[in-house]
Amino acid sequence: MTDVLLEARNIGKKFGGVQALKDVSLTIRRGEIYGLIGPNGAGKTTLFNVFTGLYPRDGGEVLFTGQPLALESPHTVAAAGIARTFQNIRLFGNMTARENVMVGRHVRTKAGVFGAILRSPAERAEEAAIRRRADELLHYVGIADRADNLARNLSYGDQRRLEIARALATEPQLLALDEPAAGMNATETVGLRQLIDGLRKDGLTVLLIEHDVKLVMGLCDRVAVLEYGEKIAEDVPEAVKNNPKVIEAYLGTSAH
Amino acid sequence: MDILLQQIINGLTTGSVYAVVALGYTMVYGVIQLINFAHGEVVMIGAMVAFAVIAALAGSALPPAVILLAGVLAAVPACMLLGYGLERIAYRPLRHAPRLAPLITAIGMSIILQHLALLIWGRNPIAFPQLIDNPSFAIGGAAISGVQITIILLSMVMMAGLSWFVYRTRFGIAIRATAENVHIAGLMGVNADRVIAATFVIGAALGAMAGVMVGTYYGIAHYTMGFILGLKAFSAAVLGGIGNIPGAMVGGLLLGLVEALGTGYIGEYTDLCRWPGAADGGWMGERCADGAHFVLFGSNYQDVFAFLMLILVLVLRPSGLLGERVSERA
Repeated sequence: MTDVLLEARNIGKKFGGVQALKDVSLTIRRGEIYGLIGPNGAGKTTLFNVFTGLYPRDGGEVLFTGQPLALESPHTVAAAGIARTFQNIRLFGNMTARENVMVGRHVRTKAGVFGAILRSPAERAEEAAIRRRADELLHYVGIADRADNLARNLSYGDQRRLEIARALATEPQLLALDEPAAGMNATETVGLRQLIDGLRKDGLTVLLIEHDVKLVMGLCDRVAVLEYGEKIAEDVPEAVKNNPKVIEAYLGTSAH
Repeated sequence: MDILLQQIINGLTTGSVYAVVALGYTMVYGVIQLINFAHGEVVMIGAMVAFAVIAALAGSALPPAVILLAGVLAAVPACMLLGYGLERIAYRPLRHAPRLAPLITAIGMSIILQHLALLIWGRNPIAFPQLIDNPSFAIGGAAISGVQITIILLSMVMMAGLSWFVYRTRFGIAIRATAENVHIAGLMGVNADRVIAATFVIGAALGAMAGVMVGTYYGIAHYTMGFILGLKAFSAAVLGGIGNIPGAMVGGLLLGLVEALGTGYIGEYTDLCRWPGAADGGWMGERCADGAHFVLFGSNYQDVFAFLMLILVLVLRPSGLLGERVSERA
């Protein structure tokens, strides 16, 4: 059997009277790109927020690398090895691209006030290493030439790439991308696709939420479909595409 | 004597102190959107501790420079501890409370600290003993004293140091990231509690230095000295754009200059006897005979300028001179 990286069991989430997630279970295997699709309001982003500690869950449990994942704070989730990007980009706009990535290194390094002021050789070496790593990641996502630009001055596509670089800086085992292609033009989407493909080649596991069904079907190893907070399918893209329940969810309710 | 140049020198001196104190307000506001009204009292405690140590050592055989240094070395850690304690005891438990709660707590802490100082050091001011000569240098018809030069240079060094820390080190990056979005910074592994505590401690250390400087400048330290100083520095922070670090520096210097120039000229320009035609006859003529003065507003109106500026900024440019960040967030 393939190595399971993340296993969610019977996740539930309520907002007031609305059951946003109902007993959702899924497993993500190491090294795969796992797609999560579904109509608007199906609960994709909610599930994402539960996985990354932004929302407390109302039931179920999440196992990450076989251990129960403490979902109390975003910090512990990041330290455990899950990083994410946001549907609506959330960069530190008044900081440079390089600085944004450097923040991501905080998970894996210790930075103290006194260390920063006293500048011991070890401290200086570590800071230089962080700077170097940030530049490598910017190069990796293809925006090395924008390192000194303020994040808010980057183009939309470059902001998406920067967000991915910042997430990668936390050295995640699982990278969760929330609608990375949203608002991108065709050229930018092709570039993004190449980038995500490269991530898989480099051994990263990716959880991908996406509206662009074509992108998901072309890229993912396995796909899960959510509708009204319930998982209605989970399989390889070909099988999901031909699943009658999925066709109904997409075509039966709206003429896509 | 050249009044203009003299007042510019005086303004730069007080302005430097305002700027250093304003940094303490603005850094804390930047990360948790709290106006720490107790910050003025931290400055006061810094001055009191330093002066108590200096006064105690003044009779000893130690060289004056060592005594002065001992005062500073006592005041700075004491205030850093105080800043940490304030955050830990008064503000952290209220981190997620409605914003009014920590604000009122800040005012409460300010009152508590004032009265604590009153209990410890009494209601009489502590005088700064004459340890070192304060030489005066003449430049272009004005005078600048050794203390003034020291205050201006020391403030510049501290501001440059803080800028380097915030803009060039990774802890500084963590502070700015937290200021922009505490949740996302947390997701990136930044420990928000530590960053917030650090801004209090750094602000308090700067405040302690400011306290020693302002006390040395005026020659006394008193348990009420932090109140007006704190309000003016707060005005300076708002003037520059609260939450904006360069803004606090610019705002402080500008406020000091406006205050000094205003104080220097207000008497002259509100002297009714100098107004054309005023002294030509009648009772005004008698009143102004032999070059007498009839001044409406004298230099005792010094404190008005800071708050006049505060009101003008709040009406005309609420985000402050350099404060685009606050408006962006809204």
